[in-house]
Amino acid sequence: MEQQRPIEEQIDLPFLESLRISFQSLKIRFGRSIITTAGITLGIAFLVSVWTNNEIEFALQESGRSSEIANLDEASEQGISTKDIWLIIMSLIVCVVGIANSMLMAVTERFREIGTMKCLGALDGFVVRLFLLESGFQGFAGALIGALIGLLGAVILGLKNYGLDLFFYFPLLPARPENGPFQLGVLLLILFGCLLGMILAVIGSSFPAWRAAKLPPAEAMRTEV
Amino acid sequence: MPDIVVKTEDVVKEYRMGSNVLRALDGINIEIQRGEYISLMGPSGSGKSTLFNMIGALDRPTEGEVYIDGQNMSHLSQRQIAAFRCHRVGYIFQSYNLLNVRTAHGNVTLPMIFAGIPEKQRNEKAERLLDKVGLGDRMYHLPDELSGGQRQRVAIARALANDPSIILADEPTANLDTITGREIIDLIKQLNTEQGVTVISATHDLKMLDVSDRIVDIRDGLVERIRNRDEIEIEVGEVGGHE
Repeated sequence: MEQQRPIEEQIDLPFLESLRISFQSLKIRFGRSIITTAGITLGIAFLVSVWTNNEIEFALQESGRSSEIANLDEASEQGISTKDIWLIIMSLIVCVVGIANSMLMAVTERFREIGTMKCLGALDGFVVRLFLLESGFQGFAGALIGALIGLLGAVILGLKNYGLDLFFYFPLLPARPENGPFQLGVLLLILFGCLLGMILAVIGSSFPAWRAAKLPPAEAMRTEV
Repeated sequence: MPDIVVKTEDVVKEYRMGSNVLRALDGINIEIQRGEYISLMGPSGSGKSTLFNMIGALDRPTEGEVYIDGQNMSHLSQRQIAAFRCHRVGYIFQSYNLLNVRTAHGNVTLPMIFAGIPEKQRNEKAERLLDKVGLGDRMYHLPDELSGGQRQRVAIARALANDPSIILADEPTANLDTITGREIIDLIKQLNTEQGVTVISATHDLKMLDVSDRIVDIRDGLVERIRNRDEIEIEVGEVGGHE
């Protein structure tokens, strides 16, 4: 009975070690990471461009220049039009679904990896933390790029429609803050876009990662995508 | 009194698929002694891989108990099960299950990272183990850059990382050609004889038989019979010759 010693408890890994493993994984899977990140970038770019465009229109209306601008909305006195709200909500939905989908795919194709890590002694919490870190980083980077692309798109469109006047009235801060959540100002909007992208990416990946981590390894490794 | 390392008591495993219930294991009782080389034999779908998963704490039985080192596995906490997989068992799979994002060296160090071994120590050990399995010159290659046999060698080195007392091998030679398969079997057998590691292998590779101490035949989720090596006649023809 040489080895009938009790089974000890698994230790937690230092945070730095998780960070290192997750970065390494992103680096080696660079091509795949870029595609997932691009999904986030597109969603946020769409949202930010629609929204910024809307903010620009509103700022110009507020400045009293709306009479000169033919293609502004009829409902301008009430601030933001139903059509614009609808467009923003639509773009939000596209963004949420797009990001959730790319993160879900990215995690599902790694079920076997999750099972294997558990065979080697990974705790469920470690697996989830790894995906949280990876997706948080991807989400933030993708969303920041997306927000900047969206902003650029809206500015180009604004320049085409309103010319250089745009910059005199550029809505860096909300033109009328009392108008509620659909008027953030461009600075807040970019921050909102980045946070949204990051949060959606983290939720979109950590939920399936958590589910996979809870599975017995045999089952996780059996999962075919 | 023999030193029992693995013992199963009436282990039943059912899989539910919709309204169907598939009984993969139908009450398995086996005892495995420390240092043995055991082969679980049986056709596809006989339940040998399921039994393998139960012994390795990779899945939970529906009914019955599994004891390893005298401990009832169903009484362990999550942390204890993780530690058990990390320290006590080394797994080798048919499809290698290497992490493709890590080099051969990175794969071997991973279980040691989980065990909390300092970096310098684990790097040295990974090099030593990869040298031992004959991959000293391919340490920093990714799995995609290695052949099947080489990948399985990495998997063996990884299985040995935390000096386990049990090696569990699930069809380790199924994806390999005869000669490479033979080499892998010899390597596993060498660990068994030199280091006294208990080897439990699910297989239907006849080449595995002549290195096994005992062969457990599994059929329809039951132990059909257990044979000692001297009770069986093995006719493994020489196939393939030399490379």
